[in-house]
Amino acid sequence: MIGNIKILFHQGKQFIPDVTRAEVPGIFRGRPEISNEPVEVNSLAELCPTGAIAANPVSIDLGKCTFCGECAFAYPGKIKFTKDYKIATNYREGLIIKEGENNPVSLNPELIRKEISKYFSGSLKLRQVSAGGDNSCELELNACGNVNFDMGRFGIEFVASPRHADGIVITGPISENMAEPLQICYDAIPDPKIIIIAGTDAISGGIFAGSPALNRDFLKKYEIDLYVPGNPIHPLTFINGVLELIRRRK
Amino acid sequence: MSNYIAIKNNQTIPLQSIPVLKYEDILSLNTAFLTDESKHCVNYFGYKVRDKLKLVCCVADDKDSTILISSSEINPADGIYPSFSAKHLAFHIFERELHENFGIEYSDHPWLKPVRFANNRVNINSQIENYPFYQIKSEELHEVGVGPIHAGVIEPGHFRFICNGEQILHLEIQLGYQHRGIEQLFIEKKKLLQRTTLAESVSGDTVAGHTTAFVNLWESLCGYKADEDLKFSRTLALELERVAIHTGDLSAICTDIAYQLGSSVFGRLRTPVINFFQTWCGNRLAKGLVRAGNNHFYFSRQLGGQLEKLFDAYEPDYNEMWNELKNLPSALARLEKAGVVTHEQASSIGTVGMAAKASGVIRDIRLSHPHDLYSHINHEPIIKNHGDVYARTQVRNEEIEQSIGYIRRILQNTPEENKNRKSLEAPQPNSFVLSLTEGWRGEICHCAITDEKGELIHYKIKDPSMHNWLALALSVRNNEISDFPICNKSFDLSYCGHDL
Repeated sequence: MIGNIKILFHQGKQFIPDVTRAEVPGIFRGRPEISNEPVEVNSLAELCPTGAIAANPVSIDLGKCTFCGECAFAYPGKIKFTKDYKIATNYREGLIIKEGENNPVSLNPELIRKEISKYFSGSLKLRQVSAGGDNSCELELNACGNVNFDMGRFGIEFVASPRHADGIVITGPISENMAEPLQICYDAIPDPKIIIIAGTDAISGGIFAGSPALNRDFLKKYEIDLYVPGNPIHPLTFINGVLELIRRRK
Repeated sequence: MSNYIAIKNNQTIPLQSIPVLKYEDILSLNTAFLTDESKHCVNYFGYKVRDKLKLVCCVADDKDSTILISSSEINPADGIYPSFSAKHLAFHIFERELHENFGIEYSDHPWLKPVRFANNRVNINSQIENYPFYQIKSEELHEVGVGPIHAGVIEPGHFRFICNGEQILHLEIQLGYQHRGIEQLFIEKKKLLQRTTLAESVSGDTVAGHTTAFVNLWESLCGYKADEDLKFSRTLALELERVAIHTGDLSAICTDIAYQLGSSVFGRLRTPVINFFQTWCGNRLAKGLVRAGNNHFYFSRQLGGQLEKLFDAYEPDYNEMWNELKNLPSALARLEKAGVVTHEQASSIGTVGMAAKASGVIRDIRLSHPHDLYSHINHEPIIKNHGDVYARTQVRNEEIEQSIGYIRRILQNTPEENKNRKSLEAPQPNSFVLSLTEGWRGEICHCAITDEKGELIHYKIKDPSMHNWLALALSVRNNEISDFPICNKSFDLSYCGHDL
């Protein structure tokens, strides 16, 4: 007993007091900023392993970006990855970062369904489906609930059955072999329900885009409530994105 | 003339130098190899050559640090072949894959079941929802199906138990849900950065393990000699990944026995270690760090000092928690004698890595086929003999301590950054290369074959989970079904690494 209390005491405070303002350590690659510096656009775009860089204007699609940072190493004056981890949004175009525009990524409140804040703002139970995910986003989603990030303090939790859930979090590029289980799981969640897709692989297929072993038809059928980019997602990106989605607005 | 060629880890050889044997000879040669426990099969695969199927078998000789390569050419339509697996079970998964992908029929394979329902499988009518489960007809027994989607935030796979009351008689594990066609993408995506990104995504919990296997293979194929600082950062990343994931696994093991204190403390102890990866390379799971012929993130002395401080803080808290756990009767009651894999079982099915070491089988690439800095480290594998959940937990505990020791040691000699690195040449044509690394889970094997233009024509990945899933299935026999989660967690196998 005394031993346990000692251990507890030795941990000190581990939780992040304010997840909306916490600074991440080191050289995290979050929201990129693209300057107006002229560069040879084709060779810049050619660098990218997933075709996330487009020309006229130069832009990076965070839904495709693997955050490897190769473009920033090759063109340091043109592209810079900032430590801004708030890069989740609720519309696909919101993930496209254009040159010269250094605005934060945010949700479009117009597009958030009314029932989301009404029902989920104090409590959101989520079911997670890994559909071809490589276990990196899954590790980070688990980390969202650990004593450091402690997502549970906002009433956001992962649950063991779709029957207990208010929504689904999909990771991975959605393999053909997972297409049906994913659909069954989604159908089993009671209405109203939300869909969050987490990680580059889930949003665009990432490095797996175009593989014949995938079946991404599920995403064509439904409106997506939240896109959380990252490779893998950072827990703070996920938590802040979800908090923005469910928060009560005037 | 010898009927095999012996190569070193990460050695590129001309394709023609691999002897081509008759099928019965490759069978007798390789099954005879495996009668000696110091030899084990690291890969056995096929690829199409014109209208034939070329089989390549790679058996590692752990005693003299060589890998013995032999090959054969067959036509799967020619008839029914005797299996390697009938002589040695360790081949079972490779032959199941050959059967699924190329349609080889075997006369005496003991367990010819689908592996992963790959999209390029021969029999497209074999569907994942119709997996042929083993059944026992009895009114006394019942079946329990779990998955593919599990209760927690983990990857999908289906477990089918046959139980007598609470007791598990048999478990069959059906995988394939995570199949993304990654080996084919290695061929189709031509840019090196794309292939490196694929290697990072084979299994996102073993980024350093798989990516190091890939870059070592690629550099060998391009005739490139890695600088000391590259070797240093790869070795460091591998050991740091081991510390991080083992610590996280200890947390998960505590979760599965409902030991909240251990779960929280080990969980939070993992955080600074993966955050250190972010400090070093901008990604908590080391994506972006390991690159062939390059390193964007030089490991400076200053980073080394930071890492030592991190471990100075980590170790007392870790030791305090471990000492509490190992003396806690209610925890030990759940861990000891649960999920036993005997030495004989582990050896016969070709178990590798942590799971093998917990059953007294010495399998550790860092010792037997050292690469990067491991030849200087003189690694001694942690071996336990009980083969139970507790043994696998102990291996983790001691490996954490050992890896921190190795890291502290290599930090004494942080190499200077080579600022004038040579660039990579094109891959050599008509070549074969094999790369082994010891990831935290166990042995990772990547093989590549190039054509006359130096283009990749075949890429083969073997995650340690390929061997070890069967060990999990055997371990739970005669255990209570309520002990399944803790048995499963003690192996912590990869679904995507298996399904590819």
